[in-house]
Amino acid sequence: MPLPPEYLKYSRRGYGMDQSWYDWSMLPKRPAVKWPNGARLALWVSTAVEFFPLNPPTVPFKAPGSMSTPYPDLRHYTLRDYGNRVGIFRIMKVLDGLGIRASAAVNSAVAERTPRLIDEIVKRGWEILAGGLDMGHIHHGDLDVATESEWIARCVETLRQSTGQAVTGWLSPARSQSMQTMNLVAAQGIDYVCDWVNDEMPYPITTANGQLVAMPHSHEMSDLLIIFQNKHSEEAFTQQLIDQFDVLYREASADDGRIMAITVHPWIIGQPHRIKALERALAHMLAKDDVWPATGADILAAWRAQQA
Amino acid sequence: MADAQKSDPGLYDYWPYIDRPKIEWPNGAKVALWVAPNIEFYELDPPVNPSRKPWPRPVPDILTYSARDYGNRVGHWRMMEVFDRLGVRGSVSLNVALCEHHPEIIEECVKRNWEFYSHGIYNTRYCYNMDEAQERAVIEDAIETVKKHTGQMIAGWLAPALTHTERTMDLLAEYGILYTCDLFCDDQPQPVNVRKGRFISIPYSLEMNDIIHYNVNLGSPRRYADILKANFDQLLEEGAQSGTVMCIPLHAYAVGHPHRIGPFAEALEYIVSHEDVWVTTGREIAQYYFENYYDQTVTAIGAANGGR
Repeated sequence: MPLPPEYLKYSRRGYGMDQSWYDWSMLPKRPAVKWPNGARLALWVSTAVEFFPLNPPTVPFKAPGSMSTPYPDLRHYTLRDYGNRVGIFRIMKVLDGLGIRASAAVNSAVAERTPRLIDEIVKRGWEILAGGLDMGHIHHGDLDVATESEWIARCVETLRQSTGQAVTGWLSPARSQSMQTMNLVAAQGIDYVCDWVNDEMPYPITTANGQLVAMPHSHEMSDLLIIFQNKHSEEAFTQQLIDQFDVLYREASADDGRIMAITVHPWIIGQPHRIKALERALAHMLAKDDVWPATGADILAAWRAQQA
Repeated sequence: MADAQKSDPGLYDYWPYIDRPKIEWPNGAKVALWVAPNIEFYELDPPVNPSRKPWPRPVPDILTYSARDYGNRVGHWRMMEVFDRLGVRGSVSLNVALCEHHPEIIEECVKRNWEFYSHGIYNTRYCYNMDEAQERAVIEDAIETVKKHTGQMIAGWLAPALTHTERTMDLLAEYGILYTCDLFCDDQPQPVNVRKGRFISIPYSLEMNDIIHYNVNLGSPRRYADILKANFDQLLEEGAQSGTVMCIPLHAYAVGHPHRIGPFAEALEYIVSHEDVWVTTGREIAQYYFENYYDQTVTAIGAANGGR
């Protein structure tokens, strides 16, 4: 049977994108952005603080890192929990030592289950990003709006109450959205979203409830991608981070800053044999004195102040 | 449609890589090198083809969609600068709707005298299940769109997302297209059996394809550089006997990342710094082959297969 005639109709074929969330724009053609104190690169480290339930739903899909052997999958449950009990404290020690305040993308279930961990994060002046309810609550196209709206409101509310922070950034579990997600997070007073991986600088997003900014929260520069998914070595992880940094540093200038973003997961990089792979890469970066360690909110504020 | 599926596509005859008439590329070059950036547009919510889902996750799969969009917003420029520095012209495998969506990219490539050939309308519209009229409409659209935006008549074809029908090659030959990139059975150009006219296959390597290396084989940037160099060294050695073709298919959304561009550039520089390499385009290889080797090859293959 041939395809229906609609298969050869192209209703969004025209200038720009095929959706209305953001404008088409090539990075090298945009106005320059300057960082504080003439920094060439902002260094944004984001730490995932996740709860992987023992009984995740399989619809629409399981988040990377979810349970994968038959119930009860104690093996993966405890491997993930290792991150919140042990691994994150190794990350904190490294970042404390280097004077880096991270952003922490937190599942609100962690705030409910282990407030002590949240206190340790807040005490360091890290920024809390709303990371959804937990890794078993995936936002997706078939989720009804009322349910998704309630999930987002509950997550943001819980995190604001438990941290005392404004909580202005959003990262969806598994970076998965529905068509409504950005409308709904904007309605909760969120300023920026971290799910989009199409840029190296912030750019504006239009929603039914006002404007958001998409921030370049890294997908590639991540232990989840390089070590967990691609199965590269610790040395290769360090090398790729350094290569990324060196290219961005060369392309940037005091008059036109760029962002080096790194995403880490305590259950991956927080293992004893891996933590120094992160430390070595960060030490390489901070050996330059025109690198500005910053949170997502810091970078957003600096960027916004320069937008017409 | 109850047509029986075949066990052999019938597109070419067996012809072993020994005792072939010698190919010599211009100026005595042993390897013809062509570099083929895929410049692609993926739709967020395309109509569904019953044979293939557009996205791994439910629509909207913003993670994969935005990972592709990165190539156009950011990666293309970085990749193009490497080509400029090394004096390489791209042979663009083009989703032709990109001419309308992102004309700025096309203008930059035209300025550099790059070749354009067709990779379908969008990378999210598959040829599976098309009837002949539909497939003709796609080919005619591609020819007209590329001519309108670049002045070029397309010489080559890489099926959109590598999706075909049994009649694709026949139709391409009929429209005066010279070569296909969809057959991976050789390291030299090959005549393709078509209903009428003359048509060839030019090697377009999946093994050297950055997206296969990075997203399928999950390889590292440095290993990609090692593979490219080893592939070239071997084809150069064999090219002394009879000229070979090396293709490097690229995607700015893969190779254009900061941590990947350096090793790629280093490998490309290594390759083009050799004297015995003809740095060229798909069209130029096809034309040269038709002028000098097509007839003798068809005769030789016929003789080898019993005077067919």
